[in-house]
Amino acid sequence: MAELSVQIGKLALKNPVMTASGTFGYGIEYADLMDITRLGGIFVKGTTEQPREGNDYPRMAETPSGMLNAVGLQNKGADYFVEHIYPAIKDIDTNMMVNVSGSSIETYVACAEKIAALDKIPAIELNISCPNVKQGGMAFGVTACGAAEVVRAVRKVYPKTLIVKLSPNVTDITEIARAVEAEGADAVSLINTMLGMAIDAERRKPLLSTITGGLSGPCVKPVALRMVWQTYKAVKIPIIGLGGISNWKDAVEFMLAGATAIQIGTYNFVDPTVGIQVIDGLNDYCDRHGFHSVKELTGALEV
Amino acid sequence: MKKYMLDLRVTENVRPHAQYCLLKLTSEDQLPDMLPGQFVEVRVDHSPSTFLRRPISINFVDREKNELWLLIQLVGDGTRQLAEARVGDLINVVLPLGNGFTLPTEEIPTKRLLLVGGGVGTAPMLYLGACLKAKGYEPIFLLGARSAGDLQQLADFQRIGAIYATTEDGSYGEKGYVTNHSILNQLDFDQIYTCGPKPMMMAVAKFAHAKQIACEVSLENRMACGIGACLCCVEKDKTGHNVCVCKEGPVFNIEQLSWLS
Repeated sequence: MAELSVQIGKLALKNPVMTASGTFGYGIEYADLMDITRLGGIFVKGTTEQPREGNDYPRMAETPSGMLNAVGLQNKGADYFVEHIYPAIKDIDTNMMVNVSGSSIETYVACAEKIAALDKIPAIELNISCPNVKQGGMAFGVTACGAAEVVRAVRKVYPKTLIVKLSPNVTDITEIARAVEAEGADAVSLINTMLGMAIDAERRKPLLSTITGGLSGPCVKPVALRMVWQTYKAVKIPIIGLGGISNWKDAVEFMLAGATAIQIGTYNFVDPTVGIQVIDGLNDYCDRHGFHSVKELTGALEV
Repeated sequence: MKKYMLDLRVTENVRPHAQYCLLKLTSEDQLPDMLPGQFVEVRVDHSPSTFLRRPISINFVDREKNELWLLIQLVGDGTRQLAEARVGDLINVVLPLGNGFTLPTEEIPTKRLLLVGGGVGTAPMLYLGACLKAKGYEPIFLLGARSAGDLQQLADFQRIGAIYATTEDGSYGEKGYVTNHSILNQLDFDQIYTCGPKPMMMAVAKFAHAKQIACEVSLENRMACGIGACLCCVEKDKTGHNVCVCKEGPVFNIEQLSWLS
């Protein structure tokens, strides 16, 4: 048995395998199908200060080895989360973390403050990379200056572990990563979805109500892996790698490229128990290759 | 209801029509409880152009044979791959998902119930009809299709209740759409259940509302997770809020939706 625990800022994870925001609900949806407490952590659905209806249907289009979504951060707002959802998830025996989004600096800060007050939420993931909302979201995440500004403001009100989720829809992701590191982010997670599009040729219409949407699934993995590798060389803070992970081997690859931990997203829709299989597979891999701790994998790529 | 992820074994793959397959699946253990109107998410392996599970309504549950029936319309690469399943193959399913139809709770069954199915939307009506018959009701089926050959499982429906049908080309039953069928003016119904193409269900919902007949519809919006996690399959409720068809539905009372306004 290898040591699977890892550390992200002040956040201790029993293993490096977590589920990505927007792909695993609030965790409880999957409790019938598996032991969700075996996961290192669960990032719950993106939450904003005020309720959001999200975008119009249709919001999803399947693509080869992946899917496009244009959900648009539908959620019932931070107050509803605090009053109704938090009580139902706070005693789940793993790290329950909130993905925080906003449409302005003020709304990011207000949402982060509300979540900061919750004892059993040890970390937030600041979403500056959602491609599906008109205001805020990705707008902050595509310039170093915008990313720095929102992280600086949230850092002032959020003392616990602050993870910043980065957008791949940029020329140089390392520039953004360095900017948020400089403002005190404890870690970065990458990548969020890639801006994409799907068309129904017969009807000559877009498949999404928003025309464009966020691409995820195994098809984005090579891009995500490349960005994790580049970011690993550019920053000192831990990296949480995600983008198309669908088995333990993918997880190993992300760790070798520089990730300290990983998230599984879209593949949960295909196999909700994939996270458990990845945990077991990481352990076997470490045993097989003589690693005493999974931490030894981070950045162990031989080039 | 507790959900399960199970590997079910194919006992039969019936191909009644070029565009349909009927998969009969079993398990070594007793199949879980399932309600009419609920659905399952079927994993599709060996289909390179598709990725997600396919949401398929529960067509019938044969408790004696411990079989789950799925009537699948072949609409794309995923469903075509499913139709290739051979007897003995294992198919991974998550079930039961969503909420079923509301069954009447009278002690003595007196209500007259109409079950309207169009196209592959006839699938859940078979299991619903069987459950209603088991409660002592005499369900009446109104089934619609393009042509006679597209009407599936007529012998199975016949064993459960009376069938009225429409086809667009008039090759079976009355010519036209289900909402034009003469039976709607001949009998008074207390409850309508419907599943099929959205325009058909909207027309049925409007008919029911005008006649003040309680009506439930079963939607089939495009889904990813099937469990309420991804929020892709939304429909507007009557207050204008987006609700997940997979979790809050797929069966809705028409008064819950925005269709009538």
